[in-house]
Amino acid sequence: MSQMILFLLLNATLQTIYMVVAASFIAVCLGLPLGVILYITRRGNLLAQPLVHHLLAAIVNVTRSIPFIILMIAVIPITRFLVGSSIGTAAAIVPLSFAALPFVARIVDNALLEVDTGLIEAAEAMGATSWQTIIHVLLPEAFANIVNGITLTIINLIGYSAMAGAVGGGGLGDMAVRYGYQRFNSSVMLMTIVMMVILVQAIQFFGDKIAKRVSHNKLS
Amino acid sequence: MQKQHEETMIALTGLSKQYDGLTALDSIHLQVKKAEIFGIIGKSGAGKSTLIRCVNLLEKPSQGTVIVNQQSLTTLSRHALRAARRKMGMIFQHFNLLSCRTVYDNIALPLEFCNMSKKAIAHAINPLIELTGLSDKKSNYPNELSGGQKQRVAIARALACKPTVLLSDEATSALDPETTHLILQLLKNIRDTLNLTILLITHEMSVIKACCDKVGILDKGKLVEQNEVGEFFAHPNTPIAKNFIVSSLPQTLPAAIADHVLVDERLNTHPVLRLWFFGDAATQPIVGQLINQFKLRINILQAQVESIKKHIMGILIVAVDGDKTQVTASIAYLKQLGIQVEVLGYVPNDIIPFA
Ligand SMILES: Nc1ncnc2c1ncn2[C@@H]1O[C@H](COP(=O)(O)OP(=O)(O)O)[C@@H](O)[C@H]1O
Ligand SMILES: [Mg+2]
Repeated sequence: MSQMILFLLLNATLQTIYMVVAASFIAVCLGLPLGVILYITRRGNLLAQPLVHHLLAAIVNVTRSIPFIILMIAVIPITRFLVGSSIGTAAAIVPLSFAALPFVARIVDNALLEVDTGLIEAAEAMGATSWQTIIHVLLPEAFANIVNGITLTIINLIGYSAMAGAVGGGGLGDMAVRYGYQRFNSSVMLMTIVMMVILVQAIQFFGDKIAKRVSHNKLS
Repeated sequence: MQKQHEETMIALTGLSKQYDGLTALDSIHLQVKKAEIFGIIGKSGAGKSTLIRCVNLLEKPSQGTVIVNQQSLTTLSRHALRAARRKMGMIFQHFNLLSCRTVYDNIALPLEFCNMSKKAIAHAINPLIELTGLSDKKSNYPNELSGGQKQRVAIARALACKPTVLLSDEATSALDPETTHLILQLLKNIRDTLNLTILLITHEMSVIKACCDKVGILDKGKLVEQNEVGEFFAHPNTPIAKNFIVSSLPQTLPAAIADHVLVDERLNTHPVLRLWFFGDAATQPIVGQLINQFKLRINILQAQVESIKKHIMGILIVAVDGDKTQVTASIAYLKQLGIQVEVLGYVPNDIIPFA
């Protein structure tokens, strides 16, 4: 019995990790360029396009303010189209990615805003193209802040994934609801919580480590 | 004729810049010759940064032309402008180094922009690291360097593409006097070894004195005066020029005396005079004349004489004792010689006794 529970716990943990990693990956792949575009199109920046900026900013803000539970339902048609089904671990990745994407975009935008404009000016004076300035100056200088922000996003995704799990996505949230809540098995409930705490701690630990390694702003 | 034309590295003609309504630069005419160090001095907000940023078109002039190395920049395509900028180095007050790159990689940055190979980059920047004295700091990050070292890195980076012109926007304003001196020495050294033309801006007269060949004064967007540095100190024309020169010399009395100086003349006090010399006036034996001709007794409280490119300038603060009409006559005489005279106040006999 307890061996089976352990097996289920391991399985649920792997499902959670799968959902979170996949959604984070997708969110970063799409959110990073979106954040860069948000930044460079801002008035007075490298490729100022105020109209594009305000449109994108509005989309990002609206998506960000939709509660995850509603977003999950709202994107069901897209999920069906992309995955072929609206339930299951793979299907949960779609709303999770949608939830994290605008977060990542804002994080990247904010991290770029923190970069000293003197550096952009220096790059321009060196004859850099806008692309070179983004790749060689802006992103590397903002990298530590971007890593910190992404760490936070991944941790948020663990929470969201539990919600997605509760409606058929599998993972630790699903297990907590099915065994812990519906069958009043508090030890299973506790185990899933401990597992989540361990995941969050591990992500924070590695996120901090990476951010520290790439940051040379403070004397270590 | 042809040769003279070749020697002009930077030529600004009728350069103006307006920021919606505000005139930051007003019809600037300026020429900088090859291997010359041209300093622009002005107060905060005078338009210095705007001016230097117009030279590499970081700021687009509203009117006028910018010709650098015989190429008119205002008409260039974006691509051609980038190529032109690579031949102009620029250094800044706050260094603008990338915090995530080592000294070596910071200096390599402009060459990476040119898509140079790693080997070619090493070949190009190792001599610069030598030149700027950074050999033992190659793999350090900027946060591990002092201000002076950071500016050296910025200088090496500015020189990486072998520019013909260096633009310096208050490069020493964030540094202490000693480091400033070393950085200015380095700039002079670079000018000599690389035949580089330098346009620098500053708000400090000491920077002009230390390293410039020519100087221009920028006041409220206008270039009100420009001259060869020695001539400038000898014959400043505008009041603002005189003010800049005056403020670069010590002008206050020693504290022990200053505390006792009275505004009005009273019994048993002596007038305290401040004399400014520029140019020829500085070579007159005036102290002797005051003593012999006007029968005054002189007590020197503060004196400083400087020579800039064979021109002498100085300040003298004296307390004088003598007949009142003689004192008045002597002041008139000094003014006639071209010396600026100011009565700072009156000092009581018991502070400065004339025996
Ligand atoms: N981007 C800008 N927009 C509007 N006004 C500006 C801008 N840059 C500079 N100015 C104005 O132009 C004037 C000159 O500025 P600046 O060249 O920076 O002076 P300085 O470098 O001599 O202190 C100032 O009045 C400043 O407020
Ligand atoms: Mg300035």
